[in-house]
Amino acid sequence: MTATNNNAIPRVGLSHLDHLWFQVAGTLCNLTCHHCFISCSPHNDFFGFLSLAEVKRRLEESIPLGVKEYYFTGGEPFLNPEMTDILVLTLRYGPATVLTNGTVLKDEWLVRLRAAEELSVYALEFRVSIDGFSPEVNDPIRGEGTFARAMRGVTKLVEHGFLPIITAARTWPIEREQEVVGSFCKMLQAAGYSRPRLKILPTLQLGAETGRTCGYAPEERVTTAMMEDFDQSQLICEHSRIVTDRGVQVCPILIEAPESVLGETLVESQRPFVLSHGVCWTCYQNGAICSNPSSGDKDA
Amino acid sequence: MPEHRTVALFGGIYANHLALAAALADAQRRGADAIYCLGDLGAFGPHPDKVFPLFKEHDIQSVRGNYDDSIGNERADCQCGYTDPRDNYFAELSYDYTMANTSPPNRAWLKNLPSEIRFQLGAASVLLCHGSPRKMNEFLWESTTSTQFLEYLADEHQADVICNTHTGIKWQRDLSRNRKFVNVGVLGRPENDGRPHVWYTLLSAGDSREITVEFIPVPYDHDRLAAEMRAERLPEEFIATILSGWWTTCLEVLPAKERRRGRF
Repeated sequence: MTATNNNAIPRVGLSHLDHLWFQVAGTLCNLTCHHCFISCSPHNDFFGFLSLAEVKRRLEESIPLGVKEYYFTGGEPFLNPEMTDILVLTLRYGPATVLTNGTVLKDEWLVRLRAAEELSVYALEFRVSIDGFSPEVNDPIRGEGTFARAMRGVTKLVEHGFLPIITAARTWPIEREQEVVGSFCKMLQAAGYSRPRLKILPTLQLGAETGRTCGYAPEERVTTAMMEDFDQSQLICEHSRIVTDRGVQVCPILIEAPESVLGETLVESQRPFVLSHGVCWTCYQNGAICSNPSSGDKDA
Repeated sequence: MPEHRTVALFGGIYANHLALAAALADAQRRGADAIYCLGDLGAFGPHPDKVFPLFKEHDIQSVRGNYDDSIGNERADCQCGYTDPRDNYFAELSYDYTMANTSPPNRAWLKNLPSEIRFQLGAASVLLCHGSPRKMNEFLWESTTSTQFLEYLADEHQADVICNTHTGIKWQRDLSRNRKFVNVGVLGRPENDGRPHVWYTLLSAGDSREITVEFIPVPYDHDRLAAEMRAERLPEEFIATILSGWWTTCLEVLPAKERRRGRF
């Protein structure tokens, strides 16, 4: 971090590239969620797909840098026709996590992916986004009928032997967290997922979410004073980068910000990033919002 | 720097003084010329003060685990970083019990443990740490740690063999230039495989730079440990793990592959 004025905006360097993300489906999604932080939709082609060849090139590039884990997001990754091949390939390089809405999964893909994971020493994690334990809570955010469709996806994953991590954005008051999480688990168990895994995320006041809430206030920014005695490894930009069809960008959340493009190569992208966005403040407040619980990134 | 031919490496003890005693006897029988611990003397088990005399009697050097760091510095929690309310509930019960039952001199001893230990094993340089060489509470699971990341750690920390614990499940991987990464497992609780015994690791130097890694199962009187835990009113969920070999708590941090191998 380099700054001297306490109110100045801090810069954070990459300590090591632990997590390499891929914006593998660009901004194309079959859903149009009201809280999506990059406004993905069936018509948003602002960012394009990454091909299997491009992912392979990046995986090779990542080896000398010692990347620990690979993450795939979109849009909806499984709209990319090469997604299954991409995950099968990635499992030769390291652990893979794919963030999906669970609504387009096909049995034949899951059979192939389960077999690939079985052959690999590495884990394939599915993170399925659902935003409430009933259609009444989920569907107003994610769209009519999406709760039932996502739950069918979860059931399908479980039937194929996966243990998906159900990811929900916290669209309820924090005081109700325990009750909501408890209901969530009961609902999943009733649906046949006997040992549900959950990850609760804060909402990010970007993209479509700014219409649902109100975006960030000017004072909701990280300052140099706030970085004193702060464990910087809690910030995604301290240990991650994301490959998009524009190059290598700082983090999965800020891809629409022009200054988030840090270079064409992974090595170029290792330069520090200025935490000038409101969403950096959310990342600061919550810590490790993008990684899996098994990474141990979340400090106690 | 100390030089050895055969060393016994004990992962988290978690106050399991009965398994510790059994492992010590076994390591001596197998001719270990030094015994090291990779941290977390307390947690989970009964009477945390009972392990300290064994450490002193057998001159066991230890690195500082996250639990040792928390107890030694009287921090608010164990720094395991759970987010699941159920996991946090059990983690807190265990932490409060361990804190209340670790004497001030033993807390001070934990506080002063080093974050890493290095020694020579034949021609190989060995580095012992708790979570990873860069972060005490980093989880390095077999299924979520790429080989290129381990190569990076070995380069960065200039060690031929890096050994850790923290996750509770043993594993090893061969790296380039005869280097190795070894998670030594733990003595504190069984490793979620339905069998009640626990594990330690024996590292031996060969004639060249070759290092042999042997994972040693340690049967011990787990019924007696369960009875002691019950007498101390520790949670039945913990006791069930000691008796059955299946983990019942703190499951959220397990990756899919490791979680699938367990019952819960």
